[in-house]
Amino acid sequence: MNSSQLFGITMIAYLLAAACYLGLVIFKNQRIGLIGMLLALGGAIVQTAALGLRWYESYQIGIGHAPLTNMYESLVFFAWCTTIFYLFLEYRYKARVMGAFVMPCSAVAMAYASFSTRMDDQISPLIPALQSNWLIAHVVTCFIGYGAFAVAGALGMMYLLKLSTENKKANPQALFASLPELKVIDDLTHKTIVFGFMWLSAGIITGAIWANEAWGTYWSWDPKETWSIITWFMYAATLHARFTRGWRGRRIAWLAIIGFLAVLFTYFGVNFFLSGLHSYGSS
Amino acid sequence: MTTQKKNSIAALFASVQLALFLLFLLAATSIIGTLIPQNNPQGFYIEKFGKKTADLLHILDITDMYNSWWFLTLLGFFSINLIVCSLERIPQVIRTIRKDGLAIQPEQLEKFPLHTEKILNGSSADAAERVTSLFNAQGWKYRHTEKNGGQLFFAEKGAWTRFGVYVVHVSILIILAGAAVGSTIVAKKILRNPHFAFKGSIMIPETESADHIIAFKSGTRLDLGFSVHCDSFTIEYYPNGMPKTYRSKVTVIDGGKPALSTDIEVNRPLTYKGVTFYQSSYQPYQDYIVSLKKKATGAEHTEVIAPARQMNWQPENISYGIINREGQGEVTRRLKIWFTDHKGEPSTFWVGVGQEAMIERPTGTYSFQARQLYATGLQATKDPGVWLVYSGCLLMLVGLFMAFFLSHRKLYAFVQPLEGQSRILFAGEANKNKVGFSDKFAELISKLDK
Repeated sequence: MNSSQLFGITMIAYLLAAACYLGLVIFKNQRIGLIGMLLALGGAIVQTAALGLRWYESYQIGIGHAPLTNMYESLVFFAWCTTIFYLFLEYRYKARVMGAFVMPCSAVAMAYASFSTRMDDQISPLIPALQSNWLIAHVVTCFIGYGAFAVAGALGMMYLLKLSTENKKANPQALFASLPELKVIDDLTHKTIVFGFMWLSAGIITGAIWANEAWGTYWSWDPKETWSIITWFMYAATLHARFTRGWRGRRIAWLAIIGFLAVLFTYFGVNFFLSGLHSYGSS
Repeated sequence: MTTQKKNSIAALFASVQLALFLLFLLAATSIIGTLIPQNNPQGFYIEKFGKKTADLLHILDITDMYNSWWFLTLLGFFSINLIVCSLERIPQVIRTIRKDGLAIQPEQLEKFPLHTEKILNGSSADAAERVTSLFNAQGWKYRHTEKNGGQLFFAEKGAWTRFGVYVVHVSILIILAGAAVGSTIVAKKILRNPHFAFKGSIMIPETESADHIIAFKSGTRLDLGFSVHCDSFTIEYYPNGMPKTYRSKVTVIDGGKPALSTDIEVNRPLTYKGVTFYQSSYQPYQDYIVSLKKKATGAEHTEVIAPARQMNWQPENISYGIINREGQGEVTRRLKIWFTDHKGEPSTFWVGVGQEAMIERPTGTYSFQARQLYATGLQATKDPGVWLVYSGCLLMLVGLFMAFFLSHRKLYAFVQPLEGQSRILFAGEANKNKVGFSDKFAELISKLDK
């Protein structure tokens, strides 16, 4: 058994979990939802083992480093963070239908990592720029933030779908009737953004300190840095709009989705469309 | 009229609308610099966008937009907005914190979203006793007063957390101040002392020293006040050919004496007298460092030589030279050496760069080693503002935590006699995480019954 096979199992578990959660929304069958949760949880456990194994394997081939150093590994870690964060929310707030919006995200990330020809799933040695203790701190803080923002974006979508059915005064048997109350979704979206914002800030800060150690400047307006601060500005604006202007509901849901698009661009877009210091993240 | 105008400007800078607008504008304009490559020569833009567009980009400073007057002005407005906005709101926060909880009218407690009534047997003195022991046991420091024929108790926690958001605002100002202190532009144009803060680079060939750096952008020469000697530069590779380590062994020479010797690698810079040196590049030269040694006597000889030139090691009467080379690009892999002690036929042989060769000659055995000469490229930075930036970053995390995860919680209890029994009215409020606090509130009151 090697880590690649375990990541394969994880991907299948996440795909099935996503399907079950969708089944929960459509058929309102609690048992399907429970199976979905167990699949997601099982997948997360297998993935945790796989991450540990990949780390161990890297030591066995003599280039030991945390599995956080290229696009393949970062996607896998993104799926892991998103799933773990989601499972925590489900446990804490007992809102299982959220999985129908979050788990497809994790499943797509895993599938993209496994099947895209762009991805190199080999464990490769670290180039000198990445040989730093800041690597783990920087990547982990950023990706906890990304995972939370992915969940916030999914919640935003859920809010808008629920809102559209409520406006039509649909009957209780309607497709999205099983979604939580609008007020609950709104509150969770906000809490998730707050959590993500804290970690994004920590991610930018650890990145700045690392940049100063490696390149002699803590901020060089490299496209990745710039997009991360653009994302930060957008979420800062969202939080201010809510705290001081009283924005709620639909506006915050849209901002959660737009914010996540900015996160996606910071994560993928910069690597694929723009060039800069973070180019080692692109393959 | 003028005061009104002044007030309207102050009101504008105190407003959150302006903050939202500026955050949006900063985000939107920042995108430009990620789409249009920054800090390239004008020719690059003319080729890419055509003459007219390139001129426009130049006029609007978009080719170096993050240092442009308009982007810095935006950041300036953002800072003023932060300062004015915070200054206007902090007194309000202080008033909120100073507000005496005991000044409240007991009847108002019933209007709190979070309140519970308890009827106890026994005197109101007993009931008051139970309230105080409950507050004490749960770590709520209370004050109390006589009011409307009963006793009012008040306790609060985390009042200071109301400052969290302003701690974040201050932290941003500290980071911006740190950036200004460390800015090479400020050092040059305002302080008129380019040595205060600089960024530049030096190329030091192995075995040589440099006592100055060349500043980025301006290209001016800045004396360091000490010199850096490059003892050696080496590149290590992984088995698959990827670079593993770039390492410069350097010695700092200060006042004519060696002050310290160390290695500089990527992610392991050297800081000396406020100047930090980073491994940033290298340059292979078409010269070689040759080391010779006579086994019998231990006599040694080292020389930097160019190819196709006859060199002499005088006291030993040895002549040698490089007569052929093999390699990839600028990096040499093998050298063909000509070597003679002027007794018999000269020896010629191939030797790998960095490898030792043994030469048997009539006058004895010699060891021969040649390395390619490299220059190490170091980036040199002096940034006296970096500690401010780091303190600001730390403060920001503390502030964010205060602002988001800690709350100001208040707890009231009003005890009064009621027809031979006693009535306790509990009320509580929190400025954040109200759901969590209402659970805590219920839990606290449940302990009264035990």
